[in-house]
Amino acid sequence: MATHLSLEPQTLDRRAFLKTSAAGGAALLIGFHLPAHASSDPAQAQEKPPINPLNAWVRITPDNRVTLILAKSEMGQGIMTALPMILAEELYLDWNKVSIEQAPTDPKIYDLGTGGSGSVAGSWLPLRQAGAAAREMLIAAAAKKWEVGADTCKALNGYVVHGHPERSYSYGELVADAALLPIPNFKEVPLKNSRDFTILGHDTHRVDAASKATGTAKFGIDSRPAGLLYAVVARCPVFYGKVAFFDAAKAKAVPGVRDVFQIETSGRGASTTGGVAVLADSSWAAIQGRKALEVKWEEGAAAKESSEELRNQFVANAAAKPGSVIRNEGDAEAALAAATKKVEAVYELPFAAHVCMEPMNCTVHIQSDRAEAWVPTQAPQWAQGVIAEAAKLPPEKVTLHTTLMGGGFGRRYQADFVMEAAQVAKKSGKPVMVLWTREDDMQHDFYRPASYHKCQGIVDADGNLAAWKHFQTSTSIAAKWSPKGEEDNGQGEFGTGATVPYNSPNIRIEYTLAHSSAPRAWWRSVEHSSSGFVVESFVDELAAAAGQDPLAFRLKLIGESRKMPQFGGEPDSLPLDTARLKGVLQLAADKAAWGKPLPDGEGRGIAGFYSFHSYVAAVAEVSVRPRDLKIKRLVCAVDCGRVVNPNGVRAQVESAAIYALTATLKDAITVEGGRIVQSNFNDYHMLRMNEAPPIEVYLVESEEKPTGIGEPTVPVIAPALCNAIFNATRKSKKELRLRRLPVRAEDLA
Amino acid sequence: MAITFTLNGKSQTLTDVSPDMPLLWVLRDVLNMTGTKFGCGIMQCGACTVHINGEASRSCMLPIANVAGKKVTTIEGLSADGSHPVQKAWIEEDVPQCGYCQSGQIMSAVALLAKKPKPTDADIDDAMSGNICRCGTYQRIRKAIHRAAGVKA
Repeated sequence: MATHLSLEPQTLDRRAFLKTSAAGGAALLIGFHLPAHASSDPAQAQEKPPINPLNAWVRITPDNRVTLILAKSEMGQGIMTALPMILAEELYLDWNKVSIEQAPTDPKIYDLGTGGSGSVAGSWLPLRQAGAAAREMLIAAAAKKWEVGADTCKALNGYVVHGHPERSYSYGELVADAALLPIPNFKEVPLKNSRDFTILGHDTHRVDAASKATGTAKFGIDSRPAGLLYAVVARCPVFYGKVAFFDAAKAKAVPGVRDVFQIETSGRGASTTGGVAVLADSSWAAIQGRKALEVKWEEGAAAKESSEELRNQFVANAAAKPGSVIRNEGDAEAALAAATKKVEAVYELPFAAHVCMEPMNCTVHIQSDRAEAWVPTQAPQWAQGVIAEAAKLPPEKVTLHTTLMGGGFGRRYQADFVMEAAQVAKKSGKPVMVLWTREDDMQHDFYRPASYHKCQGIVDADGNLAAWKHFQTSTSIAAKWSPKGEEDNGQGEFGTGATVPYNSPNIRIEYTLAHSSAPRAWWRSVEHSSSGFVVESFVDELAAAAGQDPLAFRLKLIGESRKMPQFGGEPDSLPLDTARLKGVLQLAADKAAWGKPLPDGEGRGIAGFYSFHSYVAAVAEVSVRPRDLKIKRLVCAVDCGRVVNPNGVRAQVESAAIYALTATLKDAITVEGGRIVQSNFNDYHMLRMNEAPPIEVYLVESEEKPTGIGEPTVPVIAPALCNAIFNATRKSKKELRLRRLPVRAEDLA
Repeated sequence: MAITFTLNGKSQTLTDVSPDMPLLWVLRDVLNMTGTKFGCGIMQCGACTVHINGEASRSCMLPIANVAGKKVTTIEGLSADGSHPVQKAWIEEDVPQCGYCQSGQIMSAVALLAKKPKPTDADIDDAMSGNICRCGTYQRIRKAIHRAAGVKA
């Protein structure tokens, strides 16, 4: 962790934002490094610094303003509140005295994107160290002025104070002197004892609630540079189809339409081959122009693809041959062959769309020697590179503003919409917003992979898990992003489903890739959304087959407390701590009155899962009638290490639960004729107010370091719900074990 | 053709706008009032909700010609400083996450409270189910409406 200091901002004039800090005179500026991966060890980074070690700064100016400058994107997850809290704690400041400034995107410095539920986890230690370093420097500067020992001074509410009667300097009064001092070694700088925390762990209001309640918050779609034109793009509805012919005459006849031309996209980020752009004075005129446009498509080979054809592949893959074996312990095949009684189940999950409320959009202005862009992106550096390529400019000539995002969920990690806007802007020469309509957004997404899972297991007479076999076939994300000919890595993203927390001497995990042209990528909680459903549904089926309580069965199979390496995990991935998994299962069960009798037709279901280094368990309480389901209560227990802002964590759990319920109870994304069938909220429904169950969130108090929270609730919701439906119907004539998502009304018949 | 209507209490005349352009796009692209959001374009999500003569209305399919002579209130017209009781309740309950749908949510809630100062949960379901929130803030919206109802009493 290298550090950096500048008294004279002009020595860093390469970075325009530092010049602005010169306005108030000298500033205390501490640069530091935030790791790209949540679990990276900052100490290690200090031993072996990255090429451009500085990607975040703390700036304190003589006007007492404390600014945290970093390249992290706010998409609703609350990091603009949580990250300043961490810094403020070490600086002995009110957290709302720290403002965040979006760092400019610099191709040579930043390697940060925002995703993987990693912002707080990755920033926790570096932010504390930076805050502590600044505090120690301010204290040292005051001590020097007073000619007293630094250990007799202390920081308090934005001042350094000393003695009786007390004398003090504000931080602002000290920055000029503090800036002359050496920056302490981050490894040795004293961090606050957690017992003394006054901000961290306390409910804190969102910093952006007011701007979002008054309509003044500016999202990407609200960008209005002078002279802006609005564009929509006609794209082939069939995956990777091409423009065969177009006639712009009718489109150009629409009042307000300024220009119509073809664009081509390319590269591994592309989701289409381009299309025909219609530029106009307003979004409306552009949309009307596109309606009037005459265009014929060369649909290409994907036109024969369908969801039915994909399912046939899945079934054939499951029947035909063993998949590639990605984990094999003991001999599950032999155990299953010899068993007189075994449990078998097939689970299916569809493609799922992200559906950010703010549809994709990107605003770009390319001139001969420079470019400027306003991008709602989780990956600003990638966006910058894509624009630079289209503009034929070096990346540093592209000024990129990362805007607020109306939802991200992984969708905005992509650069396809940026690439399109860059192509349109390059050809137009004017500032242009490429706006996606809802239909564009839904039909040209990168979808959560569709998957098919065949599970087999044996519970022996003593209630032990004698064998666990899980065969998965799916359209993987890896295959979408791999070079041609290297699509099949033999396991898709399946590693997480292979980390089975339930002890068995015989475990076998197999995978077979299925083929689809539908673009796939990271959707909130990625592969965990599928793995959680399958693992936590199947263990529930095994419990039922063994006649055991689902909670007791899980706790018994998890067994003793231990650290279990994540199967196939990254080298920096933390092991699964079975004590913490058991802890959240027990907490959710306790809070949900697990075991307390319910009337006929009602039931509870439980699920627990480990993802993004966090542990979440949920208990759903439901009432089931023919074609009708009511979720009476959803109880979530969460262990995400030390909680920075409990209010923010609860919000994320509530959010992820609703997101998962939509995927569980609403519509599938399906393919017909090589195109996405669903197009808008009338055929791809979202959970609404009248369907939203009461959600209770309980947080485990922990001294462990903070881990992810935006995503890890998603994987447990579908299994908890489907297990509850089973529990509610098990005494009826027809017990319902739902294995195919989404749940349909006819499944409840 | 000139179209005149009242926007947030002030008379607004548009002279050079297509009469079939929906109010949403007039607000956003002609008047640069971006607080009202585009979500679906087919009156299914409520992100574009404004008040027309006090009624919560979707602006994404409402031709500007049909607005002539009417009173339009947008999120910008609720209060200059976020001091409207519903906005205050939204801030107090930390409702917004991404925040994109919240202008529309608030406009629907304000219209509900104007009609039913003490709405029940069923009233809230009826009035608010036309507004989608992909961040799933429904529970907090419900609490905020109840809180605003208490403030008003």
